[in-house]
Amino acid sequence: MFLVFLILAALTILGTAAAMGLRKPIHCILALTVGLVGLAMLYLLLGAQFVGFTQILVYVGAVAILAVFAIMMTQGGKMNIEPHPEKPSSSTLLAGGAVAGAVFAVIAWAILSNSPSGTTTPAQPSVTVVEIGQALMHKYVLPLEIMALLLTAALIGAVILAMPKEQEKS
Amino acid sequence: MSQLNAYLLVSALLFSIGLAGALLRRNAILVLIGIELMLNAANLNFIAFWRYGPNPAALTGIMFTIFSITVAAAEAAVGLGIILAVYRHTKSTDISQMNTLKG
Repeated sequence: MFLVFLILAALTILGTAAAMGLRKPIHCILALTVGLVGLAMLYLLLGAQFVGFTQILVYVGAVAILAVFAIMMTQGGKMNIEPHPEKPSSSTLLAGGAVAGAVFAVIAWAILSNSPSGTTTPAQPSVTVVEIGQALMHKYVLPLEIMALLLTAALIGAVILAMPKEQEKS
Repeated sequence: MSQLNAYLLVSALLFSIGLAGALLRRNAILVLIGIELMLNAANLNFIAFWRYGPNPAALTGIMFTIFSITVAAAEAAVGLGIILAVYRHTKSTDISQMNTLKG
Protein backbone atom coordinates (compact mmCIF):
# COMPACT_ATOMS: atom_id res chain seq x y z
CA MET A 1 0.00 0.00 0.00
CA PHE A 2 2.79 2.39 0.88
CA LEU A 3 4.62 1.55 -2.37
CA VAL A 4 1.51 2.47 -4.34
CA PHE A 5 1.34 5.71 -2.41
CA LEU A 6 4.97 6.48 -3.20
CA ILE A 7 4.50 5.87 -6.92
CA LEU A 8 1.36 8.02 -7.08
CA ALA A 9 2.94 10.79 -5.00
CA ALA A 10 5.98 10.81 -7.29
CA LEU A 11 3.69 10.96 -10.35
CA THR A 12 1.74 13.88 -8.86
CA ILE A 13 4.80 15.85 -7.78
CA LEU A 14 6.75 15.28 -11.00
CA GLY A 15 3.75 16.12 -13.16
CA THR A 16 2.95 19.36 -11.36
CA ALA A 17 6.62 20.35 -11.12
CA ALA A 18 6.95 19.84 -14.87
CA ALA A 19 3.74 21.86 -15.34
CA MET A 20 5.33 24.79 -13.54
CA GLY A 21 8.81 24.35 -14.99
CA LEU A 22 8.50 23.59 -18.70
CA ARG A 23 9.02 26.37 -21.19
CA LYS A 24 6.15 26.07 -23.66
CA PRO A 25 2.70 26.64 -22.14
CA ILE A 26 1.05 23.80 -24.03
CA HIS A 27 3.60 21.33 -22.64
CA CYS A 28 2.88 22.72 -19.18
CA ILE A 29 -0.82 21.96 -19.54
CA LEU A 30 -0.12 18.42 -20.74
CA ALA A 31 2.18 17.80 -17.75
CA LEU A 32 -0.50 19.32 -15.53
CA THR A 33 -3.05 16.72 -16.64
CA VAL A 34 -0.61 13.95 -15.67
CA GLY A 35 -0.16 15.49 -12.23
CA LEU A 36 -3.89 15.96 -11.72
CA VAL A 37 -4.60 12.35 -12.69
CA GLY A 38 -2.00 11.30 -10.11
CA LEU A 39 -3.78 13.43 -7.53
CA ALA A 40 -7.11 11.80 -8.41
CA MET A 41 -5.47 8.40 -7.92
CA LEU A 42 -4.33 9.55 -4.48
CA TYR A 43 -7.97 10.39 -3.68
CA LEU A 44 -8.99 6.91 -4.81
CA LEU A 45 -6.25 5.40 -2.63
CA LEU A 46 -7.65 7.32 0.33
CA GLY A 47 -11.08 5.81 -0.24
CA ALA A 48 -12.82 8.88 -1.63
CA GLN A 49 -14.04 7.45 -4.92
CA PHE A 50 -16.56 10.17 -5.71
CA VAL A 51 -14.05 12.96 -5.15
CA GLY A 52 -11.44 11.16 -7.25
CA PHE A 53 -13.72 10.80 -10.24
CA THR A 54 -15.00 14.34 -9.79
CA GLN A 55 -11.39 15.50 -9.86
CA ILE A 56 -10.76 13.73 -13.18
CA LEU A 57 -14.05 15.00 -14.62
CA VAL A 58 -13.62 18.62 -13.57
CA TYR A 59 -9.88 19.21 -13.73
CA VAL A 60 -8.69 16.93 -16.52
CA GLY A 61 -11.93 17.16 -18.45
CA ALA A 62 -12.80 20.82 -18.06
CA VAL A 63 -10.10 23.04 -16.55
CA ALA A 64 -7.19 21.64 -18.58
CA ILE A 65 -9.19 21.81 -21.82
CA LEU A 66 -10.24 25.36 -20.97
CA ALA A 67 -6.60 26.32 -20.38
CA VAL A 68 -5.58 24.72 -23.69
CA PHE A 69 -8.26 26.74 -25.46
CA ALA A 70 -7.11 29.91 -23.71
CA ILE A 71 -3.51 29.27 -24.83
CA MET A 72 -4.67 28.61 -28.38
CA MET A 73 -6.70 31.80 -28.47
CA THR A 74 -4.04 34.02 -26.93
CA GLN A 75 -0.77 32.83 -28.43
CA GLY A 76 -1.51 30.93 -31.59
CA GLY A 77 1.53 30.66 -33.83
CA LYS A 78 3.66 33.45 -32.40
CA MET A 79 4.70 31.49 -29.34
CA ASN A 80 8.33 31.40 -30.41
CA ILE A 81 8.79 34.93 -31.73
CA GLU A 82 7.89 36.75 -28.52
CA PRO A 83 10.14 39.79 -28.05
CA HIS A 84 10.53 38.87 -24.39
CA PRO A 85 10.95 35.11 -24.07
CA GLU A 86 9.63 33.86 -20.80
CA LYS A 87 12.72 33.85 -18.66
CA PRO A 88 12.62 35.54 -15.26
CA SER A 89 15.78 37.26 -14.07
CA SER A 90 18.01 35.43 -11.67
CA SER A 91 17.11 37.65 -8.72
CA THR A 92 13.40 37.02 -9.34
CA LEU A 93 14.10 33.31 -9.60
CA LEU A 94 16.05 33.38 -6.36
CA ALA A 95 13.45 35.39 -4.43
CA GLY A 96 10.46 33.35 -5.65
CA GLY A 97 12.23 30.07 -5.06
CA ALA A 98 13.30 31.20 -1.58
CA VAL A 99 9.73 32.16 -0.66
CA ALA A 100 8.30 28.85 -1.90
CA GLY A 101 11.08 26.89 -0.20
CA ALA A 102 10.55 28.74 3.07
CA VAL A 103 6.81 28.03 2.97
CA PHE A 104 7.49 24.35 2.37
CA ALA A 105 10.08 24.26 5.15
CA VAL A 106 7.69 25.80 7.67
CA ILE A 107 4.82 23.47 6.76
CA ALA A 108 7.07 20.40 6.77
CA TRP A 109 8.52 21.38 10.13
CA ALA A 110 5.01 21.82 11.55
CA ILE A 111 3.92 18.44 10.19
CA LEU A 112 6.96 16.51 11.34
CA SER A 113 7.10 18.05 14.80
CA ASN A 114 3.45 17.20 15.52
CA SER A 115 3.16 13.51 14.90
CA PRO A 116 -0.19 12.09 15.94
CA SER A 117 -0.04 10.14 19.18
CA GLY A 118 -2.07 7.14 18.09
CA THR A 119 -0.21 5.09 15.53
CA THR A 120 -3.19 2.89 14.66
CA THR A 121 -4.68 3.81 11.32
CA PRO A 122 -8.47 3.61 11.25
CA ALA A 123 -10.18 1.16 8.95
CA GLN A 124 -10.89 2.24 5.41
CA PRO A 125 -14.24 4.07 5.52
CA SER A 126 -16.67 3.01 2.84
CA VAL A 127 -18.70 5.88 1.46
CA THR A 128 -21.17 5.20 -1.30
CA VAL A 129 -22.42 7.75 -3.77
CA VAL A 130 -25.91 7.21 -2.34
CA GLU A 131 -24.76 8.48 1.05
CA ILE A 132 -23.09 11.53 -0.53
CA GLY A 133 -26.23 12.28 -2.52
CA GLN A 134 -28.46 11.99 0.52
CA ALA A 135 -26.15 14.23 2.53
CA LEU A 136 -26.19 16.77 -0.31
CA MET A 137 -29.95 16.71 -0.45
CA HIS A 138 -30.59 16.90 3.29
CA LYS A 139 -27.82 18.35 5.41
CA TYR A 140 -25.96 20.33 2.73
CA VAL A 141 -28.87 21.44 0.57
CA LEU A 142 -28.35 25.15 1.21
CA PRO A 143 -24.64 25.12 0.19
CA LEU A 144 -25.65 23.09 -2.85
CA GLU A 145 -28.14 25.75 -3.93
CA ILE A 146 -25.57 28.48 -3.35
CA MET A 147 -23.11 26.51 -5.50
CA ALA A 148 -25.70 26.35 -8.27
CA LEU A 149 -26.13 30.11 -8.05
CA LEU A 150 -22.35 30.62 -8.09
CA LEU A 151 -21.92 28.42 -11.16
CA THR A 152 -24.66 30.31 -12.98
CA ALA A 153 -23.08 33.64 -12.10
CA ALA A 154 -19.64 32.39 -13.19
CA LEU A 155 -21.06 31.12 -16.48
CA ILE A 156 -22.74 34.43 -17.31
CA GLY A 157 -19.74 36.43 -16.05
CA ALA A 158 -17.23 34.45 -18.10
CA VAL A 159 -19.32 34.87 -21.26
CA ILE A 160 -19.70 38.61 -20.70
CA LEU A 161 -15.98 39.04 -19.94
CA ALA A 162 -14.82 37.11 -23.00
CA MET A 163 -17.36 38.69 -25.36
CA PRO A 164 -15.94 41.35 -27.70
CA LYS A 165 -17.08 44.91 -27.11
CA GLU A 166 -19.52 46.47 -29.56
CA GLN A 167 -17.12 49.08 -30.95
CA GLU A 168 -14.38 46.48 -31.43
CA LYS A 169 -16.64 44.36 -33.57
CA SER A 170 -17.35 47.01 -36.13
CA MET B 1 6.24 8.45 9.90
CA SER B 2 2.55 7.79 9.80
CA GLN B 3 0.58 7.72 6.58
CA LEU B 4 -1.24 10.95 7.42
CA ASN B 5 2.13 12.72 7.69
CA ALA B 6 3.15 11.38 4.29
CA TYR B 7 -0.01 12.73 2.68
CA LEU B 8 0.45 16.08 4.42
CA LEU B 9 4.02 16.30 3.14
CA VAL B 10 2.90 15.59 -0.43
CA SER B 11 0.28 18.28 -0.03
CA ALA B 12 2.84 20.77 1.29
CA LEU B 13 5.13 20.02 -1.65
CA LEU B 14 2.23 20.51 -4.07
CA PHE B 15 1.40 23.83 -2.44
CA SER B 16 5.01 25.01 -2.69
CA ILE B 17 5.20 24.03 -6.36
CA GLY B 18 2.00 25.96 -7.06
CA LEU B 19 3.27 28.96 -5.10
CA ALA B 20 6.61 28.96 -6.93
CA GLY B 21 4.78 28.74 -10.26
CA ALA B 22 2.42 31.58 -9.38
CA LEU B 23 5.36 33.74 -8.28
CA LEU B 24 7.84 32.93 -11.05
CA ARG B 25 5.94 32.33 -14.27
CA ARG B 26 5.20 35.33 -16.46
CA ASN B 27 2.42 33.78 -18.49
CA ALA B 28 -0.91 34.73 -16.92
CA ILE B 29 -2.51 31.37 -17.76
CA LEU B 30 0.25 29.49 -15.95
CA VAL B 31 -0.07 31.80 -12.93
CA LEU B 32 -3.75 30.82 -12.78
CA ILE B 33 -2.76 27.14 -13.04
CA GLY B 34 -0.38 27.63 -10.11
CA ILE B 35 -3.23 29.00 -8.01
CA GLU B 36 -5.32 25.98 -8.98
CA LEU B 37 -2.49 23.72 -7.79
CA MET B 38 -2.52 25.44 -4.40
CA LEU B 39 -6.28 24.81 -4.14
CA ASN B 40 -5.68 21.17 -5.01
CA ALA B 41 -3.13 20.87 -2.22
CA ALA B 42 -5.75 22.10 0.24
CA ASN B 43 -8.22 19.54 -1.12
CA LEU B 44 -5.72 16.74 -0.59
CA ASN B 45 -5.35 17.89 3.01
CA PHE B 46 -9.12 17.78 3.50
CA ILE B 47 -9.36 14.23 2.14
CA ALA B 48 -6.36 13.01 4.17
CA PHE B 49 -7.78 14.44 7.41
CA TRP B 50 -11.18 12.94 6.61
CA ARG B 51 -9.64 9.51 6.04
CA TYR B 52 -7.41 9.47 9.14
CA GLY B 53 -9.60 11.63 11.37
CA PRO B 54 -11.65 10.37 14.29
CA ASN B 55 -15.03 10.48 12.57
CA PRO B 56 -14.92 9.48 8.88
CA ALA B 57 -18.66 8.79 8.81
CA ALA B 58 -19.43 12.50 9.05
CA LEU B 59 -18.50 13.12 5.37
CA THR B 60 -17.38 16.66 6.20
CA GLY B 61 -14.05 16.45 4.38
CA ILE B 62 -15.63 15.00 1.26
CA MET B 63 -18.35 17.65 1.17
CA PHE B 64 -15.85 20.46 1.65
CA THR B 65 -13.69 19.08 -1.15
CA ILE B 66 -16.61 18.77 -3.56
CA PHE B 67 -17.65 22.37 -2.94
CA SER B 68 -14.03 23.49 -3.19
CA ILE B 69 -13.63 21.79 -6.59
CA THR B 70 -16.79 23.54 -7.77
CA VAL B 71 -15.53 26.94 -6.68
CA ALA B 72 -12.15 26.24 -8.32
CA ALA B 73 -13.85 25.38 -11.60
CA ALA B 74 -15.88 28.60 -11.51
CA GLU B 75 -12.71 30.53 -10.68
CA ALA B 76 -10.84 28.98 -13.61
CA ALA B 77 -13.65 29.87 -16.03
CA VAL B 78 -13.85 33.50 -14.89
CA GLY B 79 -10.05 33.83 -14.66
CA LEU B 80 -9.48 32.58 -18.20
CA GLY B 81 -12.26 34.91 -19.39
CA ILE B 82 -10.44 37.83 -17.76
CA ILE B 83 -7.16 36.73 -19.37
CA LEU B 84 -8.86 36.66 -22.79
CA ALA B 85 -10.27 40.15 -22.21
CA VAL B 86 -6.85 41.46 -21.15
CA TYR B 87 -5.24 39.80 -24.16
CA ARG B 88 -7.68 41.53 -26.48
CA HIS B 89 -6.60 44.83 -24.90
CA THR B 90 -2.81 44.41 -24.66
CA LYS B 91 -2.14 41.63 -27.23
CA SER B 92 -0.05 39.79 -24.66
CA THR B 93 -0.44 37.38 -21.74
CA ASP B 94 2.86 38.42 -20.20
CA ILE B 95 2.02 39.74 -16.74
CA SER B 96 5.21 41.83 -16.62
CA GLN B 97 3.74 43.96 -19.41
CA MET B 98 0.47 44.59 -17.56
CA ASN B 99 1.84 47.65 -15.79
CA THR B 100 -0.56 50.40 -16.86
CA LEU B 101 -1.37 51.33 -13.26
CA LYS B 102 2.27 51.35 -12.21
CA GLY B 103 3.31 54.71 -10.71
